[in-house]
Amino acid sequence: MELLISLIIGVLTASGVYLSLRGRTFPVVLGLTFLSYAVNLFLLVMGRLTIGSPPIITDGIIQYADPLPQALVLTAIVISFGMTAFVIVLALKAFSEMGNDQVDGQHKP
Amino acid sequence: MNLSLIALTPFLGAAFVAAISRMGRLHAAWGAGLITLIALAFLFPFIAGVFSGQVVVQSVSWIPLLGLDFAFRLDGLGLLFVLLILCIGLLIILYARYYLSERDDMGRFYAYLLMFMGSMLGIATSENIIQLLIFWELTSLSSFLLISYWQTRHESRMGARMALAVTGGGGLALLGGFILLGEIVGSYNLTDILASGDLIRAHDLYLPMLILVLLGAFTKSAQFPFHFWLPNAMAAPTPVSAYLHSATMVKAGVFLLARLFPALSGTSAWFWLVCITGLATLVIAAYIAMFKHDLKGLLAYSTISHLGLITLLFGIGTPMAALAGTFHIINHAIFKASLFMAAGIIHHETGTRDMRILSGLWKYMPYTGLLAMVAAASMAGVPLFNGFLSKEMFFAETLSVAGQPWDWLLPATATLAGIFAVAYSLRFIHTVFFGEISPDLPKQPHEPPRWMKVPIEILVALCLLVGIFPALTVEPILDIAASSVLQSPVPDHDLAIWHGFNTALYMSITALVGGIILYLIRRPLFVLQERLDKWLSFKDLYELLLAKLFYLANAAVHFLDKQSLQRMVLIFILFILALGLSGVSGMDAGYSLTGGRATLPIDGVSLLVALVIAAAAVATAVMHRQRLVSLILLGTVGLGVSLVFVKFSAPDLALTQLSVEVVTIVLMLLALYFLPQESPNESGGWLRSRDAMIASAAGGGVALLVWAVLTRPYETIADYFLENSLPAGGGTNVVNVILVDFRGYDTLGEITVLGLAGLGIYAMLEQLKLAGSSHDGQGRAWDTDMHPVIMASFARLLLPLALLVSLFILLRGHNLPGGGFIAGLITAVALVMQYLANGVVWTQERIPFNLHAIIGYGLLIATATGLASWYFGYPFLTSTFSHIHWPVIGEFELASAMAFDLGVYLVVVGATLLILVYLGLVHHQSHQMKVRKRIR
Repeated sequence: MELLISLIIGVLTASGVYLSLRGRTFPVVLGLTFLSYAVNLFLLVMGRLTIGSPPIITDGIIQYADPLPQALVLTAIVISFGMTAFVIVLALKAFSEMGNDQVDGQHKP
Repeated sequence: MNLSLIALTPFLGAAFVAAISRMGRLHAAWGAGLITLIALAFLFPFIAGVFSGQVVVQSVSWIPLLGLDFAFRLDGLGLLFVLLILCIGLLIILYARYYLSERDDMGRFYAYLLMFMGSMLGIATSENIIQLLIFWELTSLSSFLLISYWQTRHESRMGARMALAVTGGGGLALLGGFILLGEIVGSYNLTDILASGDLIRAHDLYLPMLILVLLGAFTKSAQFPFHFWLPNAMAAPTPVSAYLHSATMVKAGVFLLARLFPALSGTSAWFWLVCITGLATLVIAAYIAMFKHDLKGLLAYSTISHLGLITLLFGIGTPMAALAGTFHIINHAIFKASLFMAAGIIHHETGTRDMRILSGLWKYMPYTGLLAMVAAASMAGVPLFNGFLSKEMFFAETLSVAGQPWDWLLPATATLAGIFAVAYSLRFIHTVFFGEISPDLPKQPHEPPRWMKVPIEILVALCLLVGIFPALTVEPILDIAASSVLQSPVPDHDLAIWHGFNTALYMSITALVGGIILYLIRRPLFVLQERLDKWLSFKDLYELLLAKLFYLANAAVHFLDKQSLQRMVLIFILFILALGLSGVSGMDAGYSLTGGRATLPIDGVSLLVALVIAAAAVATAVMHRQRLVSLILLGTVGLGVSLVFVKFSAPDLALTQLSVEVVTIVLMLLALYFLPQESPNESGGWLRSRDAMIASAAGGGVALLVWAVLTRPYETIADYFLENSLPAGGGTNVVNVILVDFRGYDTLGEITVLGLAGLGIYAMLEQLKLAGSSHDGQGRAWDTDMHPVIMASFARLLLPLALLVSLFILLRGHNLPGGGFIAGLITAVALVMQYLANGVVWTQERIPFNLHAIIGYGLLIATATGLASWYFGYPFLTSTFSHIHWPVIGEFELASAMAFDLGVYLVVVGATLLILVYLGLVHHQSHQMKVRKRIR
């Protein structure tokens, strides 16, 4: 299972990096979203993989998944939504001002 | 009584003064005077104690881990400075009320002045040196505001910038010096530092520390070669110059020398560094002052010269010299403040400060002339005036270094400086007030208003009183100030006018006679000086250096920033790759990638989900030019990620991810409508394969890293949260308890950021007008039916149910998966569905909430919950809970953290809806535009 999650995070990172290197705003925003997925998963698995024992205190159970990375990731998801929203609206604003969606924000035809 | 009030009152007063100045022009002046009197009243209870030798230290722990205290101290030296700052400040406030014209904004002036006064008081009363440094920097900042008070004038702005650059740079050096000093002593408190002089002087770091501290002191007190900022700061209104360059700003530098005198002095490094700087400043500035044609320019250089004198005295380092230095601090403050004010009156009444035009003013303003004459005599060191006493002591002290090589040089140079001082003082009086009245005066002069002269009268009276009856007037305060400079009883001294015929008296006489002769032969000297002027300008050197610095910075920016985001991202990623590689290459050969931790077996469903995620991710990258397709693929990946969260025991994350995914996709779809539907094929094959290689390297590196981490055991602090969640936080959902309780402060920060992001987006969208495309990528027209009936009806039916679910999720969040973040997102999704199905305007009419206010209320509730625990005497955001029994539902637990969660909920709803609704409104407008076009 560790191998599988490593590969998923790797593939998400690779897609994120590739898209971030594009020259138009929309793919770059997609790339940033991919990178957020990768980073969020990365943070989560730093608490190691635990199956079937969510950190909800129940009588008789001693072993739980690490709640701390989960708390970190929960806010990270919401914040990355805020960031994605900000960047995509910024892209719209740039498109309206410059007349193109080139990432360098210059008046190119 | 609280000592900190003395320094903090002016800061509060600055806001007060700025506020009341709106009600009337002169209110600000009265208010500033009142504030100064209040600060004096706060000082009053301490005076008797300090005079009896007591040192008052009051401190509150601030950041104990770093040894930082919020600590104040009042001893003799501090009291002397506080009195100078407040009393001369009071006179300046009175003077400025008449000086400022109708066009000047009095509220702004007095607010700045009070801020500056508070900063100076803070320096004088700080016990902790880091705190002292903060006030030190505040004086730099507030003096910047004061010097640039007439903002529309170029020279004001340039002068202020120069003062800030030089004194701010010195402040940085001082910070370094203070940190070293604190490291040497092991404490940042003055009491400890002053008591460990021997330890400091013997330490290896003594010399670097000394140089850094002296850089701070010398830049502030305008010592050569940093003196050039002071004459350029003369662009300030004259009351500011009178205040900054007599009793305050520049005195902060010599205050520091006096303050740290017992800790730092007594070494040859101190002697040579401080003496040479002081001596050079004394002579060079006295020389330049003689040749300045501007009244304020002359006073500026004479100020620099007198500061050199004080510095030199502290450099000589004998107890008697330190006493003389302290004495001259007082005398210089008194006569220089009155001279600046007199210069201000002359400028005010005649319209010029140029001594080549000014002459014969005695006829029109004899009274001002008399006052100026007394102050100038004091500056020149004429007997019976206060300046004479400290100058005589200074001359005597220059003789005390006898026995050293070149011991004749110091008294000789001191006398030479004395000659120049007499000459420029004479010039100030004789040229301006005597001789023929000049026909070129811009205005017909007459005496100024009565009360404008009062501050000068008081100061001039002090010059005479101190000069004639020193033992009765200045002796007590001088004794306690000097003894706290020395940290030991003051040496025997006799503050008398007549000490018999001794060398110091001959030096004084030489200076007086030489000065008169020098003044008489001034005209040929002026001509000579004008030729020299060209290569003696430090201002030009400073500007040259500044221009070079700007050029260098620009070159660096142009080199790094080629105006291409792609290039920057590429450099960034390559750099991180290089960092990762360098980490790997540093490992031992026998280091294994796989650790010893047992791995979990792979099951079929997981494999399938992983394949779907990976395939969708790769497909998004490959097909990114077809934007709609890539967006759908992105959604698939997001859903897959939430499944991963489910699998690995993170139900809260799964719920959050799911709802965020919905909102994100809707948002991106809304945005995509306005953007081109396809990306052009710009990058060639080589570029694409290069990027693919870099991306694979990055992805491979991350995968290996994750693998290496996951196969190793780890330690966690989670046990603490798991154990305390229920007993201390009152909830069984540990993730939620961490968010709203253990780490509630972080969450408060996060929702603030989210709220700000929402407001920022609103600001960007407000003026945005975009025309969306009328067809998709393949050229097919969009459907004209904007709000299909079936969807609209179902959405309306579903709304109450969805809201109920979100309420349920919110309430149970403390114990089961859910909480403010998730409930907020679900509510947002439910409402967004209405907007989508029924149109923004239709929905807005029925849900007329002000979304900005919802964000505000959310933050308010969350903060109030935190503050409430303060009210009950607990640290910020401490939660409490109790169980209540509700009918039907049963046992229910009510925690104060739930109020906090409600705040989180409101911010999330407000921010998410704000973003989507306003983007939706842009859509609405674009459709309206199209409809309008069609009608035309």
